Amino acid sequence: MADRIKKSVGLYIHYVSIHVRSVMEYKTSFWLTVMGQFFMSFNVFLGIFFLFQRFHQVEGFTYQEVLLCYGIVLMEFSLAEMYARGFGEFPGMVRRGEFDRVLVRPRSAVLQVLGSKFELSRIGRMFQAVVMFFYGVFKSGVEWNFLKILTVLFMLLGGMAVFTGLFWILASLSFFTLEGLEFMNVFTHGASEYGKYPIGIYGNKILLFTTFVIPYALVQYYPLLYLLGRRTHWIYMAAPLLALLFLVPCGVLWRFGVKHYTSSGS
Amino acid sequence: MITMEHVCKSYKIAKRNAGFGEACKSLFHRKYEEIQALNDVTFSILEGEMVGYIGPNGAGKSSTIKILSGILTPDKGTVFVDGRIPYKNRIAHVREIGVVFGQRSQLWWDVPVIDSFELLKDIYSIPDSMYRTNLEELTERLQLQELLRSPARQLSLGQRMRCEIGASLLHSPKILFLDEPTIGLDAVSKLSVRDFIKQQNKLHKTTVILTTHDMQDIEALTRRIIHIGKGRILMDGTLEDIRQGGENMDETIAELYRSYDIYT
Amino acid sequence: MKKYLSFFRLRFIMGLQYRAAALAGIITQFAWGFLEIMVFRAFYQTNPYDFPMDFSAAVSYIWMQQAFLAFFATWQMETEIFDSIRDGNIAYELCRPIGIYHMWFSRNMAQRMSRGALRCFPILIVAVFLPRPFRLEPPASFGHFVLFLVTLFLGLAVTVASCMLVYAVTFFIISPLGVRMVFTSAADFLSGAVIPLPFLPAKIQYVIELLPFASMQNVPLRVYSGSMSMGEMEKAVFLQIFWLIFLVFLGQILFKIAERRVAVQGG
Repeated sequence: MADRIKKSVGLYIHYVSIHVRSVMEYKTSFWLTVMGQFFMSFNVFLGIFFLFQRFHQVEGFTYQEVLLCYGIVLMEFSLAEMYARGFGEFPGMVRRGEFDRVLVRPRSAVLQVLGSKFELSRIGRMFQAVVMFFYGVFKSGVEWNFLKILTVLFMLLGGMAVFTGLFWILASLSFFTLEGLEFMNVFTHGASEYGKYPIGIYGNKILLFTTFVIPYALVQYYPLLYLLGRRTHWIYMAAPLLALLFLVPCGVLWRFGVKHYTSSGS
Repeated sequence: MITMEHVCKSYKIAKRNAGFGEACKSLFHRKYEEIQALNDVTFSILEGEMVGYIGPNGAGKSSTIKILSGILTPDKGTVFVDGRIPYKNRIAHVREIGVVFGQRSQLWWDVPVIDSFELLKDIYSIPDSMYRTNLEELTERLQLQELLRSPARQLSLGQRMRCEIGASLLHSPKILFLDEPTIGLDAVSKLSVRDFIKQQNKLHKTTVILTTHDMQDIEALTRRIIHIGKGRILMDGTLEDIRQGGENMDETIAELYRSYDIYT
Repeated sequence: MKKYLSFFRLRFIMGLQYRAAALAGIITQFAWGFLEIMVFRAFYQTNPYDFPMDFSAAVSYIWMQQAFLAFFATWQMETEIFDSIRDGNIAYELCRPIGIYHMWFSRNMAQRMSRGALRCFPILIVAVFLPRPFRLEPPASFGHFVLFLVTLFLGLAVTVASCMLVYAVTFFIISPLGVRMVFTSAADFLSGAVIPLPFLPAKIQYVIELLPFASMQNVPLRVYSGSMSMGEMEKAVFLQIFWLIFLVFLGQILFKIAERRVAVQGG
């Protein structure tokens, strides 16, 4: 088992190294894309900045607290987009018939699909995320201690799991249909875009939805309350770990999809 | 080596006609049509045999290849390849086969071909010694020396196909599936690809199944031909069986298609 | 004229064929609009006195923005055009008996209008029947509505005319990606796509409103929501017309120069 994991990780790193070398064949376009990624989320930041210039706070959250929150969400999202892009572009892979190639190779299909793409250009967003994060860390007035640092790590882990799960769902659905999958954007890009504010400001229904259906709130709102010292119960801190369970139904859907593919061939 | 018995497979596909009205209509309602891709297909292939699998587009060639390579599960019938059921234990099965899709590349576009080979070594977990021997042999026989250092995007179609074939044989598969390996190649490349396949079969007793539209491939490579149309095996015999009528293969085949009324 | 119409029809049919994509797009935009409204509501509830327009005007602004997204989305440019310039197929297009600027301009207009037409009605119809305060309110008056239609069309034309400049620049530089990105990001913020311009500090707003980007979605959306005074509307329409003429003029000159270059170099 340990050997298998080691081999899989080795293979994945091999894939990544090929992607990085491929991208470096087109340096100009790579750096331009990095810039583009940066500009895109910089606009979002400008929106936040000017709204806070006018209103100073939202539902009790200050500018610095919101940046801390957005920094973490954006890190999760850009990391997930970096390594789980293979899921995101899986519909194209199915359309071009390249999944057949995956199936004739003696490795797990998931590993090969993840390895099929690595979106290094997301470091553009990552850069901004890190800047906002550290600004938030130092200016939000959080009293940092070991448990709070652990909470941030849990948030990153859980958040990446939720986004990965969503990309995985998108990939699984493309076994059944290739049209209309854009609606998944609501959950992936929508979550990263609107996850800039603590989910609580969107009202109770959305909070419920993001607690029990797609567990964003578990990785964003509840642990954030713990960080800011508004809740002290340990469950708020551990909530992101609960969100890891989200990957289970995603994996089941994927298996179901592969089965469908091998019986319908399209 | 390979047996297929009474294999059936059918698909559902969506239908739509051209035109403005139809486009609007399909907004609300869609028709499906069932296509019988394979209908009671039975054949067997011995170890070390080279078989040409021919038929018009949509006859069921690629469905057969997909079933044999474990991509597709048949609706009915039994399939054994080297004692395994391909679609039951995919990973164990595909370790032993090589597949070349003539129209789809498995090489990475922007990195030197050797990098793609190295990745395949990892994917198939090929032991170092075996990898080195195979790479040496394939480089020699396919004349890849000059090509391995260039990225795939800079290779001509013929050069790329040689690399593709090399890539599919790095793990010493017992069976090689070639799906239109000579499509789009110039005369010189076609000849070298054919020579290589013949050699491979002789040297390593690799079982080869070849689908193609190029009758000269068939003439050059295989003694046995399996001919499929509308999902049924129409003929399973030698080159001579087909040839009895005339000299020209293309004409003979076209005549055959017409006589079975499958080219509609 | 008939030539242009047939282009238009073809694009429209192609647009219709992607029914599932259209449905998915509508759902996405609904979710987007709804969440956007929730953001502004949160700010409004926190501090209603600093809100620069009626809350219902902000709601109308957001729904109209979602409904006509396809009209003003500057990131949706035609890759076909970029490709044909890059790989030299443009030479064939130049052989056709039709001005390339006009052809691409009408093609872009048609594409945006067909996408928009397909998507706006479901959003508008549902938004009108939502409960308050999420409801899309009717325009302030019949006059506002007429002016909205006029400025909507002008805004679309200004958007397309700006995109034409980006296409034109592609003739002169090898990789259009950078220009395109800067243009898209700037347009996004300066046209009021990220937050409506009145939410910016007054001085910044004043300057941005003079730029061509503000003549895109900013004007029709604010005319509809009734967050502009009579004088502001007059000025905005005047600026829209001015920028449209200027941009089309500039685009045509650039295309003339570019066409000559292609003809000389043989594509």
